Amino acid sequence: MQRYFSRKLIIYALTFFLAVTIDWMIPRFMPGDPIRNMLTRVSVSSNPSAIQMMYDYYTHLFGLDLPLWQQYLNFWNSLLHGDIGISTYLFPTPVTDVLWRAVPYDIFLLVPAILLSWYAGNKFGAFAARSKWLDNTISPLGYILTATPYMWLGILLAWFFGIVWGIFPIAGAYSFNMQPHLSWAFIGSIFHHWFLPFASLFLVGFGGWAIGMRNMIIYELEADYSHYLEALGAPRKLIRQYAFRNGILPQITGLALQLGVIVAGALVTEVVFSYPGIGYLLLAAIQNQDYFLIQGCFLFIIIGVLLSNFIIDIVYVLVDPRTRRGMTGESA
Amino acid sequence: MSLQVDNLRVYYQTLRGDVKALDGATFTLADGEIMGLAGESGCGKTTLGHSLIRLALPMRFIEGRVTLDGEELPIWDTEKMNDFRFKKISIIPQYAMNAMNPTRKIGRMTAELLGSRKVDFKDILPELKRRLDLVKLSHDVLDMYPIELSGGMKQRMVMVLSTLLDPSLLIADEITSALDVSSQKAVAEMLVEFRNRKCCNSAIVITHDISILYQIADSIMVMYAGQLAEKASTETIIHAPRHPYTKLLISSLPEVGVKYTERRLTGIPGNPPLLLDPPVGCRFRERCPIAFEKCIEIPPFVEIEPGHFIACWKEAGTHAQA
Amino acid sequence: MKKQKKKNEFLYFTLRNRKLQIGLSIILFFLGLAIFAPVLARNEPFAYVNLRGAQPPSSEYWFGTTFFGQDVFAQFVLGLRATFLVGAIGGGLGTLIGVLVGFTAGYRGGIVDELLNMLTNIVLVIPTLAVLLIIAAYLEVRSIFTECIFIGLTAWPWAARAIRAQTFSLRTRDFVDLAKMSGMKPLKIIFTEIAPNMMSYLVMTFILQFGGAILNAATLDFIGLGPTNAVSLGLMMQYAVLWGSLLLGHWWWFIPPGAAITAIVGALYVMNVGLDEVFNPKLREM
Repeated sequence: MQRYFSRKLIIYALTFFLAVTIDWMIPRFMPGDPIRNMLTRVSVSSNPSAIQMMYDYYTHLFGLDLPLWQQYLNFWNSLLHGDIGISTYLFPTPVTDVLWRAVPYDIFLLVPAILLSWYAGNKFGAFAARSKWLDNTISPLGYILTATPYMWLGILLAWFFGIVWGIFPIAGAYSFNMQPHLSWAFIGSIFHHWFLPFASLFLVGFGGWAIGMRNMIIYELEADYSHYLEALGAPRKLIRQYAFRNGILPQITGLALQLGVIVAGALVTEVVFSYPGIGYLLLAAIQNQDYFLIQGCFLFIIIGVLLSNFIIDIVYVLVDPRTRRGMTGESA
Repeated sequence: MSLQVDNLRVYYQTLRGDVKALDGATFTLADGEIMGLAGESGCGKTTLGHSLIRLALPMRFIEGRVTLDGEELPIWDTEKMNDFRFKKISIIPQYAMNAMNPTRKIGRMTAELLGSRKVDFKDILPELKRRLDLVKLSHDVLDMYPIELSGGMKQRMVMVLSTLLDPSLLIADEITSALDVSSQKAVAEMLVEFRNRKCCNSAIVITHDISILYQIADSIMVMYAGQLAEKASTETIIHAPRHPYTKLLISSLPEVGVKYTERRLTGIPGNPPLLLDPPVGCRFRERCPIAFEKCIEIPPFVEIEPGHFIACWKEAGTHAQA
Repeated sequence: MKKQKKKNEFLYFTLRNRKLQIGLSIILFFLGLAIFAPVLARNEPFAYVNLRGAQPPSSEYWFGTTFFGQDVFAQFVLGLRATFLVGAIGGGLGTLIGVLVGFTAGYRGGIVDELLNMLTNIVLVIPTLAVLLIIAAYLEVRSIFTECIFIGLTAWPWAARAIRAQTFSLRTRDFVDLAKMSGMKPLKIIFTEIAPNMMSYLVMTFILQFGGAILNAATLDFIGLGPTNAVSLGLMMQYAVLWGSLLLGHWWWFIPPGAAITAIVGALYVMNVGLDEVFNPKLREM
């Protein structure tokens, strides 16, 4: 088990290292001059002293006159001090502040969507695998849902529930004429705005997990231990119960593997619903060529994914006796 | 009489038609008898063994009657058979290495399995522990996951598990083939010990390895191409076989102990017939050195001496005519 | 002779499998539309043909017109071309890299495997789209082809993982040992002994990569980081949302592209399960 975790930690450390390196490399090695681009953009909207200040600031931070290795070390150094620059698009807010404001929305949107769709999808998939009839009626729904592009489902829901029916708002995290404060009306507004983005993330994920579990169960029912139980006259119920338990393990690993896809889904869903999470911010940063903010969003996404992966690893060890007993688990 | 099988036919459904893997088997098994079931791969011995306990797709029941201790087994009905499985008839499967749920502790799995059959685990625990002692397994295995056991340990654990409810008939399918030579012998001897202690009344041991049968079986039944060829006491089959196929099978072994399917049966020219469209009459006809025109008809499986059955027109002679 | 029979049986199941039939029909239908797009599209995709602006589907404009009076059907069929191109090239590249990495790791084992496996796991954790976004954000001109390449370059890890596991289990089988003992070169063993036994797996990997590439491309296009010089289904959705088709109720603008992507990717998934049933006889009966 220690071996399992130390391997995992090495992977995470390397991943973080690589991600930061990519983050550092992109503005430096891509065609075009990011600083010039940025300043031409900013100069339209700011006063000259601010431009001068920012120019100094950027030259200093990018340190483009320094040798590359020095630039790279400096990047790490400021990163480890929690300094990832100042947003130009929301000047002069530090990027970390901008990001911290967005993160709660992401957690509020993603955590329930991921966990609920995983749970419900697995239950539903196991149910579909019960009989040929159920399989033929339920599974097609799963295939359609999992094949749906996130933004299209978002658009459909927004159009149908927001415009045609008009029962849900389709933009923002709370009503535009409200200031964040603690009241039932505000909380109600938060949930009202949260529902459609949540539903589109939930539904796509739900379909995928249902199909995955259905296939898992069908494999497990053909496993040797299932046949042995059958030969000893065990009731269908017990065999299914075992199949479900064993089928859920690869689904946990699958959750870790799907995180990247879910993040992408959340990103476009936030864009469709103008939901102010990191995804929406990232798009704004890209459109405004706010390089520090782009780098910051990328870093936050990576850290979030790594943390989630780590949590899933711990859960996996708790659930799979084989890893707990010092054997190597399935999740590599 | 423990087990009585009458004219049992079980086919495999495939696209190109039925594979006649078991075509009319009639035999009996005495109380306390350990019968070895031998034959080349694909001769139908596994089909026979499995059809007695778990007749699942693509296997298809055609006809026949199976009686165990005077009660007919509804082998064609998966649901009804559940009453008999484990309690009256049980199996040690070929895949014993993977037979236990990998994510349950063995004790808990046993308890859940027993519970689902309305047997109280607590009542049976003392007996379970005695039997673990018998197969030299520590009681700690009940608190372990299958992955923590070695191959031989898993094999023995499954053996204990399968016979826990003292079934009348035990089917042991290739129980030694996955083990090394020393554990092979130990496991085989344990099987005899189980029978002696009435953990099972009688047993059918399906194997490739005649040397194992020589050690433990009271009788041996030889199958060829989906039909029974010969059944007699072990001594008779090894030293005085009468069916031409048995003779060739035994003589083609350089010494008792070599697994015959691992080498080509050089002593017997030709190949076994395809069971999709088997030849009429005696299926060994085309390879048989003593075949004659009568062999175009299916030879009955007749008793030529007490306890010695054979399906051959020539050898059975006058017995078959009657 | 035996081999011949096996082949026939395989073909029989392939043709008889309902999931494959349905999936393949859908794919072929859309592929047909894409291939004959230049014939079917009666207008240039971006030309302002309808002076009255957005109008619902009619006999003249089958899928209606956009806010600017562009022919939605023309955009749709030409966008399908981009979709299939991305699936084929992006998915193909992803499969190819995945196969190379997975084969090498699984076959060589040891330190090579350790390193490649570590690389795979690292790339697997990094959210593909975030990387794609950033790369695309810095590129000023983007073609469908560059999009394909980037998608392929980031999509291979899970394919590599699956192929590695499969190679691992095949490599220890008897026939591979036999080939090794007879002094066959590793590369030859991979191609003559292992690859044929993995064909089913490779086909299924490609299908999933194909679908994944389509979805990735749609996401990129929707965010406005798709090709700058072509039409695609994701781009159509972006324009539709950007120009208020939701509020104005121009449903004919945003429904066809999403529906086509869903149908194509769904059909690919269904085909994949159908193929699994064909290749794996145990799954044929439920």
